[in-house]
Formats: sequence, structure tokens, C-alpha cells
Amino acid sequence: MPTNQRTAADARVDVRKTYKLYIGGKFPRSESGRSYEVLDGRGRFLANASQGSRKDARDAVVAARAAFPKWAGATAYNRGQVLYRVAEVMEGRRAQFVAEVRASEGLTERRAETVVNAAIDRWVWYAGWTDKLAQVLGGLNPVAGPYFDISAPEPTGVVGVLAPQRSSLLGLVSVVAPVIASGNTAVVLTSELRPLPAITLSEALATSDVPGGVVNLITGRTAEVAPWIASHRDVNAIDLAGAAKAEGVVWGDLELAAAENLKRVVRPAGEGTDAVEPDWTRTPDMARMTAFLETKTVWHPKGR
Amino acid sequence: MSAPSVDPTARARDLLGVSRLTNAALTSWLHGLPGVDQVGCEGRAAGLGTRSIKTTSKAWAIDTAISMIDLTTLEGADTKGKVRGLAAKSLHPDPTDPSTPSPAAVCVYGDMVATAREALGDAPINVAAVATAFPSGRASMPVKLADTRDAIAAGADEIDMVIDRGAFLSGDYLGVFREIAQVSEACVREDGTRARLKVIMETGELVTYDNVRRASWLSMLAGGDFIKTSTGKVSPAATLPVTLIMLEAVRDWRDLTGEMVGVKPAGGIRTSKDAIKFLVTVSEIAGDDWLDPFWFRFGASSLLNDLLLQRQRMRIGAYSGADYVTDDSPSLY
Repeated sequence: MPTNQRTAADARVDVRKTYKLYIGGKFPRSESGRSYEVLDGRGRFLANASQGSRKDARDAVVAARAAFPKWAGATAYNRGQVLYRVAEVMEGRRAQFVAEVRASEGLTERRAETVVNAAIDRWVWYAGWTDKLAQVLGGLNPVAGPYFDISAPEPTGVVGVLAPQRSSLLGLVSVVAPVIASGNTAVVLTSELRPLPAITLSEALATSDVPGGVVNLITGRTAEVAPWIASHRDVNAIDLAGAAKAEGVVWGDLELAAAENLKRVVRPAGEGTDAVEPDWTRTPDMARMTAFLETKTVWHPKGR
Repeated sequence: MSAPSVDPTARARDLLGVSRLTNAALTSWLHGLPGVDQVGCEGRAAGLGTRSIKTTSKAWAIDTAISMIDLTTLEGADTKGKVRGLAAKSLHPDPTDPSTPSPAAVCVYGDMVATAREALGDAPINVAAVATAFPSGRASMPVKLADTRDAIAAGADEIDMVIDRGAFLSGDYLGVFREIAQVSEACVREDGTRARLKVIMETGELVTYDNVRRASWLSMLAGGDFIKTSTGKVSPAATLPVTLIMLEAVRDWRDLTGEMVGVKPAGGIRTSKDAIKFLVTVSEIAGDDWLDPFWFRFGASSLLNDLLLQRQRMRIGAYSGADYVTDDSPSLY
């Protein structure tokens, strides 16, 4: 019966997407069972995202810690290849990224395309740095004795990242890529109001040979989850970029909590308490990579 | 503890109502036990695992679980240094917090008993030794008895024996009964006191829940002071449904004889969350009388660190990390 067939085709049930967290290479819902509404640039409903809790952050740290030895132990060349692969997969999802950045940030189509291009290029830029860091930052130190004295950079460990609130993709890439390029693993708290590009990035990461747990993404309220990451004793460093213009967040408090186990802290840009989000379109320098590196120095006797 | 007041064989004859203890009599008695409803048992265990234990209850549960641990190292690569480290850890589980309770015992191979005893000194922490050709149990009876006596002579307070699973599965219940009864006799020291005997049934090899129930009853009948799930060398090890069946067995055994027998799940319990599920099950199935280190133990090694992390989390109000507990993993060098 043709009539019925047409009706069935017209009435195709929507396959709606459930936006979830990304922890340990899997896509779980928040353990709390909560979700929150994500609005577009004009305040219209866009999607429901998981509202992550402190326990999701805890699970993410466990996953990041478990993934650290292998990721840090991979050769820098291999890490570079894997990260370049991420850029390739992002390129394949370009249309999706453009649509989400456009909706989230309220940009024009053209402007959103520029942002996505810049984000993918930024990822490639950092991928290229993996096997050059040791050459630039390490070296043979001159010492007054018959020794080789060699310094080499090593990753700090598990890094908490508060992703920028406004720049949902370019800003995110600009803070996540430098952390993992040098062999750290990351627990990322995404932009509170604009989490969708981050969720799509997690899908790109999951399908591009980045081992599970190297990057973990939690969507939710920054003011609720950030203090637990800042005070977590198994997190070795924290990037507070996303504390700028985040509702209910005082970045000084987060830095105070982070001091408890001597975390390395990258403060948000701006003067004093007036944190601002930097211009992510500017070509980055090495600062965000060197912030999450330790220097190991080895003395080795010369002679036969 | 003093020597057992009853002869297990005489008591078994009495309970079974037979004049001579034969394999046929044991078989009909053990196979007369009600069968286990697998779906119902697993459903009940899963239900008990969903209880929410928070704040003060959680704090109590964590401390209780720590005090119930048999802190274990049973590796071919064990050294005296490793055992001394384990003993030091049981004396001061968390050096940053002296109020942390100590585990109940340190569990080692027989040749490490003297080292463990010396390192523990007069502390009220027992030394448990695995014996009877642990973990396979494949040795002749004289060797198993010598293994047991050797550990007792070295100062073991508790003996963890393994049953002959091959004999059990082929229906030689009387053989298993005699084996346990003889090892139990070997646990008597020269001065007449006796070490407590834990009977490892290796439930991962028993195939069915019905067999777990039968092995539990057989072990209690033969004079075991504790029934223990596993060696930790076979997977699956201590699961919640298996432990639930064993807790039912010790509860029913007390109803029948008036005597209490302990339960020890061992192997695979690594997180505080898991440990708390077991405590809930103990309370609900056997009763609160068993919520005591004398009657319930965890055979574990990494569980202690997770309990300590949870304890620190409750004390400092922030998540703790592996840098704040000792690293017990075997050295790679």
C-alpha cells in the first residue's frame, strides 16, 4: 500500500543524540544522572548535556592516572603521529564542528569556518612539537668535571584543564593540545555554556588512536566541579584558563586549593582578580607546553 | 584458642544420624541440602550492592573493613624485605593518621612466618600462613601435614589450607572431610593451644553454587574455623553471590550446632565500594555478630590502599592520591 509507505517515511522518528562525558575512552553519562540545557548564541534550546559531578571528575582522574605511564612512555615521534591523526579526523568532521561552533558562539557561517580551520591548524602545530621539545628545551650542560650532564624535559603527570568559557573549540584545542603533546594526560572541564564542540572533539579523539584516558572531558557547572579538580591530590598541575568569566568561580580560591599538593598552576590572563580570556587567534608560543614539563638532569661519568 | 571440644568425626556421625561415617552417608547429606536458585541469589547480591552508605556509616565501614583485612602477599618473588614491609604497613597503615586501625593479620607463605612474626613483635596482629601445598593442593597428605606443622612451629596464629578440589568434584567427600580433619589436628600446638583453621574451597573451581554450599557445609562439618572463598590465584575469586551463600551456610550452621564459623572472601576485592558491599551482605545475611574481625576477614592486598585513600578523603575533604599511601607493587628490578 503506497499511501502507508509514504506516511511511514514522512514520520521517521528522529535519532536524537545523547551528549555524554568522555572518561577513560568511554562515553558514560554522569554518575549523578543529571543533565542541563545548552542554549545557542541567541538563547534558544540546543541540546541537553550531561551535568558532570565531582565523582565524575574523580573517575576521570583515575583514568588519566592509569593512562599516564604508557602515554608518557610512548616515543615523541609516535605521539606526534597520533596527534596528527586527530587533526585528520577533525578535518573529516569539519561540517559538524562548523555547525556547532556557529550555534554555540553565535557566529556567522564564514566566521565559524575560520575558527574551525584555525583549531585544526593549531592541533597540527602542537603535533609537530612533540619530538622537538627535547631538542629545544633539553641539552648537554657544561660542567666542571669529567661528566656528561644531560637535561631533558619530562611530562608533569595528570593535568587538570579548565577549558575557556567563550572560545569553545579554538580555545579548547589551544589548552588541551599543549598538555598532551608533551606526554601529560588531561582531565578537561569544558566550557559550561558551550560544551558541544568539546563533546565532538572527544569523538574525534576516541577514533584516532589516542589511548583511552589520555584526554577525559567533563561537561557541567565549572563552579561545582573545578574546586574538586583543584584540590585533588593526584592531579599534578592545573590550567585555570576557563576560570575567566566563569559564573561563581574565584580563580584565587582554586590556586589556593591547588597549592595544597604543590600543583603547577597556569593562571588565567589579565590583571589581578580581573581574569580575561586571551585572544586565541594569535599564534601561540611554547608557554603552555613548558608550563607542564619537569626537567630531569642526569650525570654520567666520561672515560673508558 | 584451646583444642576443639568435639571430635569432628563423632559430631558428624551424630549430625548425620549414622553409626559409621561413609562417603555414601556424606553424599546423601550434602546432596540433601536445598539447591541454590542462581538467578535469585545473584539478584539478591546485586540488590544488596545498591545500598547507599554515607558519612558516619561510611567512616565506620571503612575502619571496620581495614580491621578485617588479612594483608596478603603470596608471590613466588616474595622476599623477607617485602614481608617486613608488609608487617610495617600493618603496624602503621597510615603514618599521617595514627587513629587508623590495623589489619587483623598478615598472610604469607609458610617460610615467611618467622620473619613476619619477628617484624610484628607483640602487636595484636596475627600471622596467617597458607599451607597444604597452596594454591593447588596437589601433594600427598604427609607433605600437607608437614607443611602445616612447619608453619605452626614457626609461630603462625592462623592456617589457611586448600581443599583437594579434584577429590571434591569427583565426589570423594569423605576424603576431603578427612583431609580437613587431619589438618585441623595438625593445628594443635605442643602446649595444647591451637591455631585457627581457614578452609579455602577455591569456589572459582567448584563450578556451581550448589557445590559452594556443599563445600561450605563439608568444611564446617570437618572442623574448619573459617570458610574462605579462594586462593586469589584463580579467577573468578571472591564474588558477592558466592560469599552470600557461604554466609547463609554459617548462619544455618549456628542454628544447627550453636557454633559460629568465620567467613573470608579473598581475591578480587580491590575497592572500598566493594568492601562495603560485602559488609552490608554480612549484616543482612549472617547478622551483625559476624561484623567482627574475629568472624569475618578480607583476603586482600591492594584493598587496604583504597580504604586508606577513602579515609584520607573523608579527613581532608579533598580527593587523595597514590602519592599519599605506600606503593606495595612488586619492584621491577
